[in-house]
Formats: sequence, C-alpha cells, structure tokens
Amino acid sequence: MPNLNDILIMLPEFFLVAMACVLLITDAFMKAEERPYLHWISIATLAVSIYLVIAGQPGQAATAFGGMFVRDETAEILKVFALVTTVLVFVYSRPYLIDRKLLIGEFYTLMIFAVLGIMLLVSAGNLVSVYLGLELLSLSSYALVALNRDAVLPSEAAIKYFVLGALASGMLLYGMSMVYGASGMGGTPTLDLAQLHHVMGYTKAPTLLLFGLIFMIVGVGFKLGAAPFHMWIPDVYQGAPTPVTAFIASGSKLAAFGMAFRLLDAGMGDLSHQWQLMLAVLAVASLAIGNLVAIVQTNLKRMLAYSTISHMGYLLLGLSAANAEGYAAAMFYAICYALMSVAAFGVMLAMARAGFECEEISDLKGLGKKSPWMALLMLLTLFSLAGVPPLVGFWAKALVLEAAIHAHMMWLAIVGIVFAIIGLYYYLYVIKVMYFDQPAEGSVLQSKSDMSMRVMLSLNALGLLALGLYWGPLLGWCRHAFGI
Amino acid sequence: MFTHLLSLLIWLPVIGAIPLLLAGNARPNLARWLSMLVAVLTFVVSLFLLVQYNADAGGMQITENYLWIASWGVHYGLAVDGISVALIVMTTFVGILVVAGAWQVIQDRPHQYMAAMLMLEGLLIGVFCATDALLFYALFEAILIPMFILIGIWGGPRRVYATLKFFIYTFFGSVFMLVALLYLYNKAGTFDMATLAALPLTMKEQTWIFFAFLIAFAIKVPMVPVHTWLPDAHVEAPTGGSVVLAAVMLKVGTYGMLRFILPIVPDAGAHFAWLVIVLSLVAIVYIGYVALVQEDMKKLVAYSSVAHMGFVTLGIFIAFLLVRDSSNTAMAELGMQGAMIQMISHGFISGAMFTCIGVLYDRMHTRQIKDYGGVINVMPWFGFFYVLFAMANCGLPGTSGFVGEFMVILASFSANPWIALFAAFTLIIGAAYTLWLVKRVLWGEITNHHVAEMKEINGRETFVLVSFAIAVIALGVWPQPLVHLMGSSVSQLVHQLAVHKI
Repeated sequence: MPNLNDILIMLPEFFLVAMACVLLITDAFMKAEERPYLHWISIATLAVSIYLVIAGQPGQAATAFGGMFVRDETAEILKVFALVTTVLVFVYSRPYLIDRKLLIGEFYTLMIFAVLGIMLLVSAGNLVSVYLGLELLSLSSYALVALNRDAVLPSEAAIKYFVLGALASGMLLYGMSMVYGASGMGGTPTLDLAQLHHVMGYTKAPTLLLFGLIFMIVGVGFKLGAAPFHMWIPDVYQGAPTPVTAFIASGSKLAAFGMAFRLLDAGMGDLSHQWQLMLAVLAVASLAIGNLVAIVQTNLKRMLAYSTISHMGYLLLGLSAANAEGYAAAMFYAICYALMSVAAFGVMLAMARAGFECEEISDLKGLGKKSPWMALLMLLTLFSLAGVPPLVGFWAKALVLEAAIHAHMMWLAIVGIVFAIIGLYYYLYVIKVMYFDQPAEGSVLQSKSDMSMRVMLSLNALGLLALGLYWGPLLGWCRHAFGI
Repeated sequence: MFTHLLSLLIWLPVIGAIPLLLAGNARPNLARWLSMLVAVLTFVVSLFLLVQYNADAGGMQITENYLWIASWGVHYGLAVDGISVALIVMTTFVGILVVAGAWQVIQDRPHQYMAAMLMLEGLLIGVFCATDALLFYALFEAILIPMFILIGIWGGPRRVYATLKFFIYTFFGSVFMLVALLYLYNKAGTFDMATLAALPLTMKEQTWIFFAFLIAFAIKVPMVPVHTWLPDAHVEAPTGGSVVLAAVMLKVGTYGMLRFILPIVPDAGAHFAWLVIVLSLVAIVYIGYVALVQEDMKKLVAYSSVAHMGFVTLGIFIAFLLVRDSSNTAMAELGMQGAMIQMISHGFISGAMFTCIGVLYDRMHTRQIKDYGGVINVMPWFGFFYVLFAMANCGLPGTSGFVGEFMVILASFSANPWIALFAAFTLIIGAAYTLWLVKRVLWGEITNHHVAEMKEINGRETFVLVSFAIAVIALGVWPQPLVHLMGSSVSQLVHQLAVHKI
C-alpha cells in the first residue's frame, strides 16, 4: 500500500500534476487579456518543482510504490536540467507565441505534462513505469507539434511523429513482453528493472531475452533519434512550431538518455556485452547520416535536426562504453547538448516575427551587422555544437571519446573524431552566413526587445562559455551520480 | 615582482578585448587607442619575463599550477623556458605592430577587428606557456576562432573559401592529436606534460602517437604536402591577419613538435626523422621554386614562409640524427639552436614582408606584381625598408635571416653533407625569388600611372617598419642574447632526445 513516504518521494511530480490541473481550470475561466499570466504561473510552477527536486533528500537513493519509482542522483540531475531547459523554452517562446496568437493554455499544460513524463521516465524503476513516462511525454509532444492546427506543415509533422512514435512504442512494448516472459521461465516473472538485472543468470530462454533486448533498443533508438530510427526527426523539427522544436531538442533528449540508462544498465546491465556493439553500430550510423546529410540542408531547423542525430551518436559513444565513466560522460553530453540546442533555437525565436520564421539559413544573412549581440550568442552556441574549445561542447566530446577509448573501443573514438571534422563544416557555414555575408536588400532582421528573453538567452549562451572554462563541478556531479 | 606573470600575460589581452567590443562601432578611435593601450601594456609585462627568467638555470620556470578539473586531473599549469620566453616576447612585440598597422586601414567595425586580434594574442601566449597537454590543446584549437573571424570578415574577395579551408584543414589535423592525448591520459592518468614525457611507451604506441602529433603540427607549420591552406589563407587575410599568421601562428606548429614529439615519442621521432627531413628539404627546394613563379606578392611571401619553416623542422629533426646515430650532442644543439633562432627571425622577417605588401596594397588595391614597377621613384623610404627585409628574407649576413639558416646548414653538414647541400640551395633560390620580386616591384620605369600617384609612407607605417627593421638587424648583428636566453633550454631538449623510452 502506498504510504505518506511514497508520496513525499514523488512530491515534485505530484506538485506538477496538481498545477497542470489548476492551469487547465484557470485557463477555462480566464478572459483573453488575462492569458499572458499563464506564462508566469507556469514558470513559477517549474521553479517550485526545481526547488522540490533539489530540496528533497539529495544524494539519498529511495524507491517508492514498491520499486516503481526510483529517486536517485541520476534522476535528480536529469530532472533539474529538464525543468531548467523547459523554463528556458517558456521564456524564449513567449514573444513568438504572442505574435502568432498561440499563447493559449494548451501549450503550457501540455508542456507541463510532457515534463512530468520526462520526470517519470528518468525515475522509472519498472518496465511499466518506463512505458508510462514515455507515453505521457510522447502523447503530449504529438499534440504540441500540432499546436498550430490550421497549418499544413505542423499537422503533417504531427501525424508522422504520431505514426512512427506509436510504432516505436509498440516495438518497445513487444520487447518488454518478451523480457517479461523470459524472466518467468526459470523464476518468478517480473517487470522490476532491478530484478530483471539478474534474469540472464537463471532464465531458460536466453534467446527470447535477447530478442526482447533488441526490440527495446529499437524503442530507445527511436526516442533518441539515432539512425536508422531517425526518420521522424527532420520532419518534426521542421514542421513543429519553433518553441516545441526547442523542447523536443532539449528536455526530451535528457529523457531519452534517462530511459536508455534505466532500461539498458539498470535492467539489462548483465547483457552489456551484447548491447554494447549494437549501440556502437547505432552510434556510427547516426554520426555518418547526421553529419553528412546536415551539410546539404538549407533550412536551419532541418540542419539542426540532422545535427541532433549526430549528437545522439556521440551520446551513444558514451553509453556504449557500458561503465560508470561512460554513463557519466554521456549524461554530461546530454545536459550540455540540451543547453546548446535550446540556445540555438532561442536565437531563432528571438529573430522570428509575425510572418517571418527565421528558419532558413539564408534568413540569418548579415546578422553580425544587424544584431551583433544575438550573432555573438549564436556564434558561441554554434562553436559549442561544433566542439571547438574553449566552449563546453568540446569537453563533452572529449569526455565521450575518452570513455570509448577507456572501454578499448579506439576505432569508435576515431570514427567519432573523423565525423567531428565533417560536422564542423555546416556549423561554420551558418557562422559564415551570419558574419561574412552582407545583409540582404531590405533585410528586417531585428531581435526581440523582450527583456526576460534577452537576459536568459545571454545567460544561456555565455553559460556555454563559462561551463567550458570551468566544467569540473558539472562533471563531478555527473560522476558522483554514477558512484565515481 | 608579479606573482602570476604568465596568467597576467594571457588574460590581459583577452579581457582587454571586452571593453573594446563594448566601445562599439560608433567610437572607432576609442577602440583603437584602447587596443593600443592593451597591446603596449602586454608588451611591457612580457618584458618582465626577461627579467624574471633565469637563462643560466634553464628548465621550466615561473610556474603556476592549479587544479582545474578535479575529476579529470586537468591542471591549469603554466611555465616557461627560454624558448617560450623568446616566442612570447616576439608575440607581444608583433601585437603592437599589428594594432598600429591596422589603425586606419580597417574601417569596417575596427573595434571587433582589434578585439579579435587581442584575443588571438592572448591565446597564442597561452599556447606558448601551457604545461598541461589538455590546456595546450584547448588553446591550440581556440586560436582558430579569432583567426577564422579575422580572415572571414576583413579578408579579400575569396575570403570565405580561404577561411573555411583554413579552419577545417587545421581542425582536421589537431583532432587526431586529441585522440592521442586521450590515449596517453588513459595510460598515465594525467595530462601533465612532464609526466607524459617520462611515460614508457612501446614502439607501436609511439609510432601511432607520433603520426597523430605529426599531422597536427605539420599542418600548422605547414609542411609539404599539407601546406596548401597557407597560400589561400595568406592571400585573403587582411594585412594584420597575415602578419600574425606568418609571424606567430606558424611557430605554434614547430613549438608543438618541441613540446610533444621530442619528449613524449623520442624513439618514433628518431625512427621517422628521415621522413620529416625529406619533407623539409622538399619544402626548402621545391616550394622555393614554386615561390619563384608566383604572380601575387602575398602568395610569393606565403610560399617563402613554407620554405623557411622547412629550416625549422629540418633543424629540429636533424638533431635526432645527430644524437641517435653519432651522439654528436654539440652539433645537435647547434642545429636545434639554429631552428629556434630561425623561428624568431622568420617571425620578424615575414611579419615585415607582409606589412610591406600591406602598405602597397592600401595604395594600389592590387597584389599583382605586374601592376607595380618603379615604386622606388615615388616611395624612396619605403623602398629602403623593402630592400632591407628582402635581403633578410634571402638570408644576407648581418640580418637575422642568416644566423638561423647558417647554423642549421652547419649542423646538417655533420649529419650528412647531402642534406646540407640541398638545404643550401635556399641561398640561391631564396635570393632568386626575393630579388626578382624587388626588381619587378621597386626598380625600373614607372609604367602604371597609378604607381606615379602613390604617396610615401606616413609616420604610422614608418614606425611599424622601423620597429621590424630594428629587430631584424639587432638579431642579425648580435644574436648572442637570444642564443643565451634559449641555450640551456635547447641543451635540455637535446638531452631528452637521447633518452630511450621503450
């Protein structure tokens, strides 16, 4: 029976559920001119959740609801950064939503439900709670992509996302059922990840277990957007409203890392020598497809979509090391990537206006002259994404490469580094457009004057530089979460 | 006097660039004077290095060492030996001249130009004094960012192609070095360069690491056949960019060889020394001929840079032959010493040559040699300096160009007379392309009426050229202080060569 302690352990999640309901109700009774308050209420909600996550028993692992829900340091770090990036998304997207008359209650409630999904997913201690968190996140995301429901492109993107997402969920569920079955052959059937860890030792159907593992990896690969399960990424990134893309590209990736870690290490850690190579193959495919296809893109959102695929390749490099050091490196990578991509989309949101999405690379022509500060922030973000020191993206890459070398996968590290060179080109190309091209005739590039956005965006991008100069504490935190 | 002299030297220009950016486009003169102030201050501070560094003792001095990233054992470690001191003082000296040289030339966003220059200067100083391999690498890569911007915004017509090529080419080389460093870290558990130098490595490991290092530094130097980015970058870069590129940035490559290849993989270095020597000779002879046929002045000087840097790599690797094959330490020291002097001297000469071309370009807006002719008739003072630097470029005794090349040729003669023979070709080829350039640009009748309208150099340009001239002649006539400054550091390096690590 759940007791008070269970509820206390899940306090941030319960708080979010309650606030999402409050938001739904207030939205229904609000007059149109009061709607903007929703923005501040939502940010306050997330801020309180961040406080609750940090203030609740730091460093002490605890489980609730009979092992369904795990609260450990890994989950806490991922939750804090998922909430922080969502706050950033809210701050960056307000002017955009106002311009397009999309500042509606649904956006905020769905976003909060999606964050709740992330929080459940990264804390999952059971196959069922993994699926629960994943579906909460995914269903909210499908709806968010179609937020602007009268437009063609977002609707198309949402349908694609939904169909492919449902397929991947099905695969995952199918895999889970096999694992469950395998655990029952030779022992008591279980869905608990901690108990599944030992299934390989006693099961009479190891082949079935392996099959289940493969299907689960397909699910994880889909959620990460790793090639060859990346087909949805470019269309969804391009089609979704930019704030939603920013969310899918940041907070969602933290969730995907959490899910991969829970399923593969907590659940299937015994089989690590099996999935190591699978992840390595996914990593190489993602690096190759992401980096090569990104080069020919002319749409910035689509280019960033392919760059996401390649970044997930690097993240997989860390995961495939299958040891604490590799997980710490991959988590560091996921956090840095979330902060970088939210900044990149933030600049796009800052430059967009009604009727002008600022999503073609050529839209940024002459930004260095028109809006030097925004251009500088974008420059920092892009160099960080490209992995040039002293920005944090470089250290994140160095960490995952080191993890791969440490796990005796030198070839993987070399593949990673070769694709880093190829990837450099398309980031430099955007910088070239911003700085070396003259502004187009009659160019109306002008950044938004929204103060909260300018301040947060500056902090975000300069934070990439600051983290690059002093990344010790964040890395230390990630390593501590995995016991090193 | 200063407790954190090296940190001060790195951060003064980097942080000094921030108020420049804030000065904005509206107050260009404020930006210019601010940057001059920062550059002069940095130079003055760097002079304290000469005071504080004890040249007789040698070794790494003026150490700063703080734990930077505890969980990875990365240190913020800085220290200098004689070679670093010489390179740092040269960097800060060139820094002032670059700021002065760009004074009125850069009209588009001068504050950003100056800020990028100062940041570049600070990062370059950092490269020359880092003692932690990861810190070195981060700075080594970070210098690409300001240079990329400098060429891309203020460069010539094909600047975008040139700057992308420059960035990707050099990045390509250095990432393999990163893999090598991570491998070493895995073995040694630290990035401290002194510890890595003492780490035993098998020949197979050394070979892989040697080539990873070699490709990183060979592209930076640049050595044949990976030099092709240099002519493009030089031609398209603004004058100041070319000066810093030739004078300081190329030295980062050879400096890296000294700090990484020599101490960490000496056995592989000795084993493959022939390869580097052959490539150096190809640079000296073949690239010399390539320079001869250039029609663009900047390209000509760029190729002559490749040829002259060939002497530096030759001097470094000839020491391997001398120490390992014949235990001739004295001659090895001579060769290494010559390479070091050539590094400094080439910094001044190439900087001066690019400044001269910049002076011509500002008046005529063309770099084609055929557009000139008879310049001496309208710009006699400029002609004087141009001839002086041209003479230094072909290694005339009495200029700094002679000292280093002579020492390297002497050392290579005792290793193998054939090497010396090919190296000595430079005296003829270098003279040929340089004198022919002077002949076509300065002498003769004025055929182009634009040349007739050219104005004599102004006070600012005279200041820059006089400063370069003083450095070139001082080093040529009296190299002893420089030799003394680097002497004990060079002999320590040569002794390291003899250590087997297998």
